[in-house]
Amino acid sequence: MADTESLLTTPLDSLHRSLGARMVPFAGYAMPVQYPAGILAEHLHTRAQAGLFDVSHMGQAEILGDGAAAALERVTPADVQGLKPGRQRYGLLTTEAGGIFDDFMVANLGDRLFLVANASRKAEDFALIAAALPAGVTLQPLPDRALLALQGPGAAAALGGLAPALTALSFMGVAAAEIAGVPVLASRSGYTGEDGWEISCPAEQAETLAKTLLAQPGVAPAGLGARDSLRLEAGLCLYGSDIDETTSPVEAALIWTLGKRRRMAWDFPGAERVREELANGPQRLRVGLKPEGRQPARGHTPIHAPGGAQIGEITSGGFGPSLGGPMAMGYVAREHAADGTALELLVRGKPLPARVAPMPFIPHRYAR
Amino acid sequence: MSELRFTKDHEWVRADGDAATIGITDHAQNALGDVVFVELPEVGREVTAGEAIAVVESVKAASDVYAPIAGTITEVNSALTEDPGLINREPTGEGWFFKIEPKDPAEIAALLDDAAYAAFVESLA
Repeated sequence: MADTESLLTTPLDSLHRSLGARMVPFAGYAMPVQYPAGILAEHLHTRAQAGLFDVSHMGQAEILGDGAAAALERVTPADVQGLKPGRQRYGLLTTEAGGIFDDFMVANLGDRLFLVANASRKAEDFALIAAALPAGVTLQPLPDRALLALQGPGAAAALGGLAPALTALSFMGVAAAEIAGVPVLASRSGYTGEDGWEISCPAEQAETLAKTLLAQPGVAPAGLGARDSLRLEAGLCLYGSDIDETTSPVEAALIWTLGKRRRMAWDFPGAERVREELANGPQRLRVGLKPEGRQPARGHTPIHAPGGAQIGEITSGGFGPSLGGPMAMGYVAREHAADGTALELLVRGKPLPARVAPMPFIPHRYAR
Repeated sequence: MSELRFTKDHEWVRADGDAATIGITDHAQNALGDVVFVELPEVGREVTAGEAIAVVESVKAASDVYAPIAGTITEVNSALTEDPGLINREPTGEGWFFKIEPKDPAEIAALLDDAAYAAFVESLA
């Protein structure tokens, strides 16, 4: 067993334990993998009504000063300068070699930028960004803030009576509001493919906020287990599994995160590799995969051409509770990447037939 | 119903006449979470004690199931293929995995009894 005493805790640690959560180590934190309802029930409840997730382990920061957007563009191919006030965007931090250093969210709050980064990468991300900033622009980490995600088709009804300003947002809109006396900064976004909000608040008021949201009709707690099966059904990448410093934005099928202006100027780290792969096609591509039958194929499962050589590897795989069957994503050689292509997954030494399948596996239901 | 014996890998064994019925314990199904798939051994296969012969997959992970005793597989529970949730709902009943005709029935008696398994599970907490 992992030494749980050395783990960091989120501001909702005691709430999780009182709700009967099973706590596991994740990115250095003790996190709830599931509550007594279980992963399957929490997943299905989120798709049917609303799940409340604690994602306070993620990194939050602000970038302040004149030229903050231009400064951030030194480390990302995203169009940050074109981001309007009150809007948020998904982007990548790229390496000089054209790999993905991390994925992140950036919001324009008018007088500053607000960032959310992965827990496992936040220290490295903030160091990388801070090192790229000119005099007069500063990055301020916000370790004293919690982050909650309210996700599902019932999230709008749950939030409507508490903070109408937030339900007025469209997908990827950001606004400050107050919920039960707690000052929050919320974006209409998430990691499940459903409508929902990610809500940042001061750590000391996180429990008040969480209890207020859990008291709304249709809202139930959901853990990291359901978060993972929901994001995989939605075709969303997990950093460290599906994308990392060896995968390029083109291979990862994340070209849409590159700003149009940035693809004219080629002024971001790794632009040379991205430009070459866009011109000539990448050697491999991230694709969705559907195994035949009910048997799941997990991360690191080798992918073969039928009866032939290995042409790729699964990076995330499991069972989709809403899909009602197994699903996976992984990288395959480009000539095997077309939807419908027959492949074999080598699970415990036995070939499992599968086909390349379009993602998301479950359609997104964002409030656009 | 005869009494159950247990292994430290969280299988249970029930001796019924010539065959021993085997499944995973309530503790095991609870730790695994919702089971979505099982891979069962072939009938007629000769197995040795401690050999990984079945796989149980939950939403989050895959785990091996071991033969608690040596012998021959005489039957597998094909109902699990259609309804793997039986393992969560009735782990020591309808959620059984397979039956083994023991090579040496004394191997069953040598497994953990109820109290010893309960104490073992307690020691893991």
